[in-house]
Amino acid sequence: MNDTMTRESITAAATLRDNAGVAEALGRSYAAGFVTEIEMTGLPPGLDEETVRQISAIKQEPAWMTEWRLEAYRHWLTMPKPDWAKLKIDPIDYQAISYYAAPKAGPKSLAEVDPTLLETYEKLGIPLHERAALAGVAVDAVFDSVSVGTTFRKQLAEAGVLFCSMSEAIREYPELVQKYLGSVVPTGDNFFAALNSAVFSDGSFVFIPKGVRCPMELSTYFRINAQNTGQFERTLIVAEEGAHVSYLEGCTAPKRDENQLHAAVVELVALEKAQIKYSTVQNWYPGDENGVGGIYNFVTKRGDCRGDDSKISWTQVETGSAITWKYPSVLLRGDRSVGEFYSVALTHHYQQADTGTKMIHLGKHTKSKIVAKGISAGRSSNSYRGLVKMEKGAEGARNYTQCDSLLIGKKCGAHTFPYMEVKNPTAIVEHEATTSKISDDQMFYCRSRGIGEEDAVSMIVDGFCKQVFRELPMEFAVEAKKLLEVSLEGAVG
Amino acid sequence: MLKIENLHARVEGKEILKGLSLSVNAGEVHAIMGPNGAGKSTLGNVLSGRDGYEVTAGSVTYNGIDLLALEPEVRAAAGVFLAFQYPVEIPGVNNTYFLRAAFNAQRKARGEKEFDSMQFLKLVREKLKVMQISDELLHRAVNEGFSGGEKKRNEIFQMAVLEPQLAILDETDSGLDIDALKHVADGVNALRSPDRAFLMITHYQRLLDYVVPDFVHVLADGRIVESGDKSLALKLEEHGYAGLGEGAAA
Repeated sequence: MNDTMTRESITAAATLRDNAGVAEALGRSYAAGFVTEIEMTGLPPGLDEETVRQISAIKQEPAWMTEWRLEAYRHWLTMPKPDWAKLKIDPIDYQAISYYAAPKAGPKSLAEVDPTLLETYEKLGIPLHERAALAGVAVDAVFDSVSVGTTFRKQLAEAGVLFCSMSEAIREYPELVQKYLGSVVPTGDNFFAALNSAVFSDGSFVFIPKGVRCPMELSTYFRINAQNTGQFERTLIVAEEGAHVSYLEGCTAPKRDENQLHAAVVELVALEKAQIKYSTVQNWYPGDENGVGGIYNFVTKRGDCRGDDSKISWTQVETGSAITWKYPSVLLRGDRSVGEFYSVALTHHYQQADTGTKMIHLGKHTKSKIVAKGISAGRSSNSYRGLVKMEKGAEGARNYTQCDSLLIGKKCGAHTFPYMEVKNPTAIVEHEATTSKISDDQMFYCRSRGIGEEDAVSMIVDGFCKQVFRELPMEFAVEAKKLLEVSLEGAVG
Repeated sequence: MLKIENLHARVEGKEILKGLSLSVNAGEVHAIMGPNGAGKSTLGNVLSGRDGYEVTAGSVTYNGIDLLALEPEVRAAAGVFLAFQYPVEIPGVNNTYFLRAAFNAQRKARGEKEFDSMQFLKLVREKLKVMQISDELLHRAVNEGFSGGEKKRNEIFQMAVLEPQLAILDETDSGLDIDALKHVADGVNALRSPDRAFLMITHYQRLLDYVVPDFVHVLADGRIVESGDKSLALKLEEHGYAGLGEGAAA
């Protein structure tokens, strides 16, 4: 290394750098933006009571389920569209959406799964076969509306863990579903939750019985493929007394010029001493650099710490979607229960995000912690919206909120909307917020050490997100980091 | 190795360097001294390619090529290193990780094979021994929460790992107590070698008690006004910067 640097080698260094720039520019397209060509069956666009009945019929649901859906649908009709978020949303034509799409041949096992479909999963890097075993991940893959394959069912069953698609759960474990479905997010909770309750087509169901620690990380990959299809999944996770589970969902969608609607509902129930960790890596198609296309991601996620000493932790890395509207929340009902929310939300180009959490403290000595990191680049808008509520009975409850925004460039925006309601004088609420820019000094420091501009930005952003990435399961932390790098390409200069 | 000729540079429209010329050969240690506002830090920043410094006339050749035409990261890969007067904090980024990224980026740019983490760790261990730095420093975020002395030592440690050909130390001695100064000086001395040159920018001569320079230059009002050996620094210590420059041709 001490050899005298020749003119040639310095020129080579410069050339290498330029070539890297070209390669990066070429690779800047959305890596998951391919479309799988397989034959689809589905319902024509439109929504009325008949559509709801048809969905329920296709899924061979019991009568109570059909009624449940219809009730939600009727409620939905009476509800106004929410407009309080700091989002600019073009009107959505709910009659133009098809509410059910499924691959034509209904697969019964992995061996029967359409090879094109498996290829899709491979492109996405989902470990469905033996790779799953190596990675120790059980995957319930949801392709459009039907769950096509659930791995590790057996091993999980031996531990007493139920992990299957929501459709199966409704058929096979109706008592459990009936007991818990809608118990955290009622059908009429909000506009999109009501819509989801009426038309949800599938999703995941997890049940961890008393005292069981789930032997592996559970993971679901959702993927929207069919054009003009809204995806409405419904996920329910129940951890009985002393049970532990860690669940991860990853999301991608192919590139389309039209906006697509994704309105999911996730409900978590933690009984006494139970712990649920729910991690999301969301990479839905964000639209192109001019703001055309992209997913509308309107999601209701709520956890219920129903038992004493229970804990629910949400970790999310949100890099995709044209519009993100979601507030994973925790109801802290049990005494000494703990709620956590760790979030990284990145917006670029014309993406909009209005995301945050709600921590509702009801029980004594309940604790919550919120760490939200927002990164804005391009002309994007990124808002944190959070509610911390200390109810009358929340003796000695505590909350700590930390909200940091990082701006890249001059045309983006970051906003923080913290709401606090404290009805118990012994409760303590702390809030810290910072807004920073990647400084010229930081950039020059990195570059003067030999690190190029884009790598420097990735590194600084990665450092900014460290606190949240630490909460993700190891392999997904790596994925999240890569995702940020890809999403930020072209953010400098 | 480095040849600066009639360099003129502006910052925010104000001319700071006004015809600076300097030649540095491999193996030499040059000290640049001068009063505040003379353009010392500007020289370091222009050489390493910081934005906001506009060169209006003159040239800088490094190993025969036009240094000013290169991006900062290319200069780094070509062997130019700037030890910052105010090292920058990068929250959440591990010090070792940062250093490995820099090390490998430079190797990649030179067409050399990158080091994996084991190889790099071995290298870092060796350098730690030479620099007498505790490895606790490695596990922290880049300069975050470091004391003034720790930051400066970290700069020297980075230099030890990156093994530059031309090391520019911008007021590395400022803000250091005598023990920290000795540590930093020991580090620099350990890195002196026949194929490495040093440009030490300093306000005080005390660093030169520990790192003895081959040449001392006085920079005043944007130009080198006097050059000499170590004794020039001692003379400055005695008489101050006032009245200097008369001996040099304007």
